[in-house]
Amino acid sequence: MARNSLGRELPDAWNGRPVLPYAGPFARRPTGDRASSPLRRVDPGDEKLLRDLQEAVEASGLRDGGTISTHHHLRNGDDLLNHVVRVLDLVGLKDITIASSSIHPVHAELADAIRSGVVSRIECGVNGLVGELVTKGELRCPITVRSHGGRARSLLTGEVPVDVAFIAAPCCDVYGNMNGLHGPSAFGSLGYAFTDAQVARTVVAVTDNLVPYPATPVSIPQHLVDFVVPVQRLGDPGKIVSTTTRVTTDPVGLQIARYAAQVIEASGLLVDGFSFQTGSGGISLAVAENVRNLMRRGKVQGSFGCGGITGAFVDMLEEGLFRSLFDVQCFDLRAVESIRKNAAHLEMSADLYANPFNAGPVVNRLDCVILGATEVDVNFNVNANTESNGLLLHNTGGHSDTAAGAKLAIIVAPSMRGRLPIVRDEVTTITTPGETVDVIVTERGIAVNERHPELAAELRRRKAPVKDVRELQREITAVTGTPRAIRRTDEVVALIEYRDGTIIDAVRRVES
Amino acid sequence: MTAARLRRSLLYVPGNMPSMLQNIPVFRADSIIIDLEDAVPVTEKDAARRLVRRFLDRHPQRDKEILVRINALDTAWGHDDLREVLPALPDGIRLPKADSPEIVERLDTLLTEHEEGLGIPVGRFCVLPSIESAAGVIASIDIARASSRLIGLAFGAEDYTASMEIERSKTGEELLNARARIVWAAKAAGIQAIDTIYADVADMEGFRRETELVKALGYTGKSLVNPRQIEIVHEVFAPKEEEVAWALQVVDAIQRARAMGTGVIALRGKMVDAPVVKRALRTLRTAHAQGLLDTAPDEEAILG
Repeated sequence: MARNSLGRELPDAWNGRPVLPYAGPFARRPTGDRASSPLRRVDPGDEKLLRDLQEAVEASGLRDGGTISTHHHLRNGDDLLNHVVRVLDLVGLKDITIASSSIHPVHAELADAIRSGVVSRIECGVNGLVGELVTKGELRCPITVRSHGGRARSLLTGEVPVDVAFIAAPCCDVYGNMNGLHGPSAFGSLGYAFTDAQVARTVVAVTDNLVPYPATPVSIPQHLVDFVVPVQRLGDPGKIVSTTTRVTTDPVGLQIARYAAQVIEASGLLVDGFSFQTGSGGISLAVAENVRNLMRRGKVQGSFGCGGITGAFVDMLEEGLFRSLFDVQCFDLRAVESIRKNAAHLEMSADLYANPFNAGPVVNRLDCVILGATEVDVNFNVNANTESNGLLLHNTGGHSDTAAGAKLAIIVAPSMRGRLPIVRDEVTTITTPGETVDVIVTERGIAVNERHPELAAELRRRKAPVKDVRELQREITAVTGTPRAIRRTDEVVALIEYRDGTIIDAVRRVES
Repeated sequence: MTAARLRRSLLYVPGNMPSMLQNIPVFRADSIIIDLEDAVPVTEKDAARRLVRRFLDRHPQRDKEILVRINALDTAWGHDDLREVLPALPDGIRLPKADSPEIVERLDTLLTEHEEGLGIPVGRFCVLPSIESAAGVIASIDIARASSRLIGLAFGAEDYTASMEIERSKTGEELLNARARIVWAAKAAGIQAIDTIYADVADMEGFRRETELVKALGYTGKSLVNPRQIEIVHEVFAPKEEEVAWALQVVDAIQRARAMGTGVIALRGKMVDAPVVKRALRTLRTAHAQGLLDTAPDEEAILG
């Protein structure tokens, strides 16, 4: 057992590779070159169009023990990963690694594929049932959870070699030019899939909207794509909305959003050129609404909004409050419509967004990011992966990437969920290290990381309820009491990889 | 507890809902009114009373004023409400259906008895009576002087319109005469005037207009049914920048005057004397509460 700089115990090896313990957000320096993909030749007259996915799997040369990837732009409306895994089963492949950008509750049938031995490893974070079953010990399948930037890194360094990338292409021609903008499954940005297209040994475009050559505009071009496969349906873009598209009306959520906006205002960052990221969900949208009002009042023009893009950001772009949007993934259909028609709404790859090992990702230019949490602790470490019952239920997303990159990373969370306190002595799982988290905002007060005494002083001057994080914790536990620790075994079922490839925490099987 | 304390926002919290009671420390209203009356169904009166007692017992350190709206004293519950909650030391009682000075006097007597029983100073509990009927509006001038415990008069328009057999509108013309009489009665007695609730929590614009109206009439605060309304009340009652600047000059001028041995001085061609200073102080107190001023005004130094 090794121990990382945050005191977390880790196994020495995982999936046959040595485990590198996390040593700080910017401790690891990469060496060597980027991974590449095989040279290939497609001659004039050669056809890329195949009949179906089975033909593509066979043509790709995928073998037992190989690795496939998909991407999660259709989120819980995605049909493709399930479809691909059914084909793998049909053709009798075993021991396959899934290295998708994320797995969602809609992919619950992966559990059967794991039980039958078709799938044996997951090289990405998981949302929903698969993670739950694995942490309960009801399913055996090692999982490595990665951030969006970390996943792009792991492909580009060659740590995770992808044999076949299946790219859902809402608009595609017979030669593989594609975009996410048009067609019945249009989901907007193809952000996560760019990296797969660059490094996978075989790239398969899967489309339910085959258009005459050339498909325009071209997001991922033909020279990266080996095969094109038509299917009935890629999925349901109506389900890309992960949580809600409405600003919360819950007074507690609104209070949190008001405090978060106060923090941004007090930080001094809200001036011309301001750059900002916030997610979907009622509180995030309420923060966006407050920031929008502050920008209007202060006549501030921001430089860019970033991340998963919502209609709220689109409104701010159209109002002139931001000059541009960097979009790795559209969070609602309003964002899809915007990226289709607005040249200032830019499609961004996960590499460009957040990979720590390139010549500078967009997160480095972020002034402020608003992030959620299932738990935080008195050292400002944040858990976004497991719930307080220890079950692995959420993927990291851009959490640790943006926290590391942004000047001001603000965690917003209600002080209690159900009857559990959100501020703990130690989080169940560390997703994002406290070294990169600046402020925790709950409805019961604002805790400022001691690295920012000036911000705390300014907030106090503005009569904001600044509290020491332990004082905040005491106030919350005075209401909730201190919950009993969850009982976990020593058996490691998943690793939480930090964006640089070191391991920040291990998820252990919970006792049944 | 002084009558001069800021009471812009008085938020009702139902006394029978633990999830909402535990959020009392969260919301930044000036005062909280824990409701044992209309919000609590008949079948839950006993349970709610005990819940509120437990809540208050567990929250001895409070950052805002807490009043309890008891059931009317002529109901089966009013006296039990007092007996249960007063030992937990709320700041005061909001008295519903206070339609005559006698009702207020009766509560005053009861509070004195409880204070003596609890061994705490007489006058510890303040009272905010609600004027909720035509008779109450007529009697408001006497009600306002019925007890030294009174911090203000509150207007309850829902019951008032019922007693008048009229409908309540969004624009409030039908309430104008009652509002005017109540604010006169309160101001004449030197206490605060607290306006009625605005029930449509989805209509923030209508709520803002009504708040602006009652502020113009002289009301100093408003009862609220939803935390989302707090911010708007505070915005409406916030002094403007130039008002704060003027108030600071007034305070500065009167202190200079006093150093010269006089209580009157001219400031930019206007006479500054006691009433002007009082108004300036109120502006500064509000500005401080809104975070517009770093330090609270030193009232003793200013008033001399």
